[in-house]
Amino acid sequence: MSNGYHVRDRGWQPPGLYPPYKTTIKRSPQAALLSFPTSISEETGPVFGHNILGKLDNDLILNYARPGEEAIGPRIMVHGRVLDENGRGVPGALVEVWQANAGGRYRHKKESYLAALDPNFGGCGRVITDAEGHYEFRTIHPGAYPWPNGMNDWRPAHIHFSIFGQAFAQRLITQMYFEGDPLIWRCPILGAVSNPEAIKTLIAPLDMNRTVPMDALAYKFDIVLRGARQSFFENRQEGV
Amino acid sequence: MTQPLSYLKESPSQTAGPYVHIGCTPNFTGIGIYGGDLGTSMKTGPVKGTEITVTGAVFDGMGSVLKDAMIEVWQADAAGLYPSPKETRGVADPNFTGWGRSPGDMETGEFHFETVKPGQVPWPDGRLQAPHITAWVVARGINIGLHTRIYFEDEAEANAVDPILTRIEHQSRVPTLLARKIGDRAYRFDIHLQGPDETVFFDI
Repeated sequence: MSNGYHVRDRGWQPPGLYPPYKTTIKRSPQAALLSFPTSISEETGPVFGHNILGKLDNDLILNYARPGEEAIGPRIMVHGRVLDENGRGVPGALVEVWQANAGGRYRHKKESYLAALDPNFGGCGRVITDAEGHYEFRTIHPGAYPWPNGMNDWRPAHIHFSIFGQAFAQRLITQMYFEGDPLIWRCPILGAVSNPEAIKTLIAPLDMNRTVPMDALAYKFDIVLRGARQSFFENRQEGV
Repeated sequence: MTQPLSYLKESPSQTAGPYVHIGCTPNFTGIGIYGGDLGTSMKTGPVKGTEITVTGAVFDGMGSVLKDAMIEVWQADAAGLYPSPKETRGVADPNFTGWGRSPGDMETGEFHFETVKPGQVPWPDGRLQAPHITAWVVARGINIGLHTRIYFEDEAEANAVDPILTRIEHQSRVPTLLARKIGDRAYRFDIHLQGPDETVFFDI
């Protein structure tokens, strides 16, 4: 058993209500959240084995493409580590990703943006972190797209991430953005994160060391999950 | 000046957006890349205990049903054991995963879990908690996933001494955490994001 998890920093996290992102107005709780210490119900969570993964699950260029064909768009590698707040890599973390295609269009029946679908791009992938918390996948650079909020709001290019750590208390969904995108600082969804330093932690830098020459650029995106509290007694030997 | 503390900060959450199902339940949206959607079934064989269903929906502050939410649940087996390497009190039912994920029906927004009635698990001080299912809700317009719990209205005795239910300042809100019995082994649990029936959400 752990000793619970570090308290979530609600000033660093976006609040439920952020009126410039209009949908939050009727979807954010109004009452105070109930605080209590974590118990085994929050300190445990599902475990996913590598056996659930297919060979192309982490290759969005190929995993929906017809045989011999590939998704269209700037080819990129996305890699990084899943860490906890104590700086330790989180092994065995299931990372699920989804994104728009290179034109900014999602493959979804409720999606109405006029940009073309790519018949060879599904838009989802998944990977499980290795013993040190590393993950990697290959995809195309997603496009920016307009969305119905204000009259002319555009989402910066982004990839959605869903991450399972080792406890349900660590469960997180977030988005990765790309270095240099001028739309980042105009986005009402990112704007809910009030601290610019916090926003910067969601922006992946170009990583020339991990590019595949003559093939794909690379971006590095580390994700931090809540850390387990350490106690004085944890470092003592059993029975001492 | 002092030495810096070297802790990292948790990555900021961002909304799951309207297309969370592409990433988490792609088969549900017609993208058949994976064998099946994770969390669709919580049973991998015959399970121990009382098999139940939990059905419900998520409502916004106008009383409208969300049709783009995703609900995840996590619970102990019928004996109160979690299928987790951190479980030290025994070995959980090998045919029960403890974890479910539902995209909600595209037309009605209803989520549905076929599971077992969970057993009791301990609070950190050793007291037993009332049977419960941990639930987590994400959707477009929800900036950070909402944690809550599903308790059962037919567990009145255990609910009356549950460490969390008794901690709620406004006791009139306790029923928002109780699944209603709607049939033999069938329960209903609606989640209200706002309004007079706003569900109690947790900061855990």
